[in-house]
Amino acid sequence: MPDATLVEAINFALARAMQDDQRVLILGEDVGKDGGVFRATDGLLARFGPARVLDTPLAEVAIAGVCVGLAAQGFRPVAEIQFMGFAYATIDQLLNHAARLRSRTRGRLTCPMVLRTPCGAGIHAPEHHSESGEACFTNIPGLRVVIPSSPQRGYGLLLAAIRDPDPVVFLEPTRLYRATREPIMDDGTALPLDRCFTLREGNDVTLVGWGGVTREMLSAAERLAAEGTEAEVIDVATLVPLDAETILASVAKTGRCVICHEAPLTGGFGAEIAAQLAGPGLLSMLAPVERVTGYDTIVPLSRLERHYLPSADRILAAVRRTLSHG
Amino acid sequence: MTTTHVAQFSVPFTRHLESDGTAVGALPPFAGNPVDLVPLYRGMVLARIFDAKAVALQRTGRLGTFASSLGQEAVGVGAASAMAADDVLVPSFRDQAAQLWRGVTPVELLLYWGGDERGSDFAGPREDFPISVPVASHVPHAAGIALALKLRQQARGVLCIVGDGATSKGDFYEALNLAGVWRLPLVVLVNNNQWAISVPRSAQSAAATLAQKAIAAGIPGEQVDGNDVIAVRERVALALERARSGGGASLIEALTYRLADHTTADDARRYRDDAEVSTHWHGEPVARLRAYLVSRKAWSRDDEERALADAAAEIDRAAETYLATPPQPVWAMFDHLFAALPAALASQRAQAIAGGTGDA
Ligand SMILES: Cc1ncc(C[n+]2csc(CCOP(=O)(O)OP(=O)(O)O)c2C)c(N)n1
Ligand SMILES: [Mg+2]
Repeated sequence: MPDATLVEAINFALARAMQDDQRVLILGEDVGKDGGVFRATDGLLARFGPARVLDTPLAEVAIAGVCVGLAAQGFRPVAEIQFMGFAYATIDQLLNHAARLRSRTRGRLTCPMVLRTPCGAGIHAPEHHSESGEACFTNIPGLRVVIPSSPQRGYGLLLAAIRDPDPVVFLEPTRLYRATREPIMDDGTALPLDRCFTLREGNDVTLVGWGGVTREMLSAAERLAAEGTEAEVIDVATLVPLDAETILASVAKTGRCVICHEAPLTGGFGAEIAAQLAGPGLLSMLAPVERVTGYDTIVPLSRLERHYLPSADRILAAVRRTLSHG
Repeated sequence: MTTTHVAQFSVPFTRHLESDGTAVGALPPFAGNPVDLVPLYRGMVLARIFDAKAVALQRTGRLGTFASSLGQEAVGVGAASAMAADDVLVPSFRDQAAQLWRGVTPVELLLYWGGDERGSDFAGPREDFPISVPVASHVPHAAGIALALKLRQQARGVLCIVGDGATSKGDFYEALNLAGVWRLPLVVLVNNNQWAISVPRSAQSAAATLAQKAIAAGIPGEQVDGNDVIAVRERVALALERARSGGGASLIEALTYRLADHTTADDARRYRDDAEVSTHWHGEPVARLRAYLVSRKAWSRDDEERALADAAAEIDRAAETYLATPPQPVWAMFDHLFAALPAALASQRAQAIAGGTGDA
């Protein structure tokens, strides 16, 4: 079992998928010799050759659109967009084409593509390199949206995304890329694309989130445990389709829920989860739902970045508010 | 069947100074007296010293990721010096040489790259745009500014700078095409430094030149030696004059070379040979103009020492000011979002001030 960081696990999954399936192609800016700006595709050009690892000209719309054509032709393109700030331009291709090709043609043509992009703040990156725009993608019918928060989940979910017969947007939190290293099983095992991961069990309060902020959720849960409060921590790694069942079952047990995400509050995907709690979950709730999120502001440049990011302290404060209710 | 040629095109290339600094033929009027070129030389030196300082600050953890313009100083200084004060610059992320010439201060540049939005609130050129990080996405803005100037019938022009990689993007073509049909007072200058991170010019486009992308837009396209500040200034000045006087848009491709890594986050040795980089030190713009000035007895060793010391002192002072500038208050992230903060955001602002732990 090799030890791997998240970005190395992504690299293992890409290599495994390419080795197992000749139809898998990698394309994007600087994915070849440079191995991607975060090195996610490191070594793949040398191993699989330039017909399967393609450095593209600088053109995100073309990258996404070319994937639609390749996928319709039976390839399994895995595109890399260098940062989420540059993935917004691909929304036309994803929304108008990738996500609806199957439906438009009633299944005659399909679009098994993956669009990977780093996301999130916390690495003191330049302007436009710290966005958390998952909600822009979760509102596109026909598109799966996945965001792993550990090396093993990154590995298994990416393999599943590549094998899935439909388009997947795969978001990789940059601040987790090298944050931890864990032994991972590089045995080709995929993880389900429609299940939340319960990272920690507890009966007192449910913390629900995804991506970078799972770290703060876990650290808040640890601090709560020291005070005798047991938090259940749920990583919603597959935002679409949403596994509401796992969340509702947890809240049926705890009666309290704090939803955490790095993206802005208003219209964030947390609102969808809150709506589930206000609907089918309402009668289990002992306290109002809390949301700890990025503010409704532009992600500040690095000097103020830490004030924007949801902290463990903010999560703890929200938990205390929920606990203060009956 | 008959086949005739319905249109033919060519792409001119201009150079005044050979790579060793020898002048080819007569220089343009502004360069007639070599002493008049000294400010251009100082401008390039200032940019080079600024870049070196910024990289040093980044390496010691006191600045964010930074894109040096090493080797491309003539593109920025040549172009900016061709602008009138009331022309508008719409720059990319590697255009500090042009920005410094336009009056953006080194402190402002350092603040921006150090992660402080106030660095884009230029005290000097108030209408110039902040740099565009999303590649080529600013070319349409430049066209919009040019349309505004045209609608107001002002004899002003817009200069937009992009990289070679940017010319592969749709927004670049879309803006160029629109500027062509509407005859906008726009000059798009391509800093062709031969690389877009790890992608060489040859893998970026199958076109023989990037300048010829103008042809499809119906506007003049030309190449200029981007390491020759005299040529850059001359060609950009002519294009801007044409723009201001109703002659429409132009595309200029400046041929130069990126002597540094893409940014401080890049390691170019992964994808290009040091040997290639070494050959391009020959003919770089600062040494080239210096050689010319020295050959015309317009520059001495003393002048050089003094110029370097002056520029270094200016940049050191700027770095000190930057480092001594306290960060903005937390609420700054809210207070510039809208003209007036919507009431709905007041509680979030208060929460952020309270460290995020207060009641929302
Ligand atoms: C739309 C977009 N895609 C990707 C990036 C990431 N990126 C930053 S600079 C760069 C290469 C730009 O090359 P070029 O246009 O030649 O400009 P240069 O960096 O050489 O000055 C890339 C891919 C970006 N900033 N914007
Ligand atoms: Mg370039």
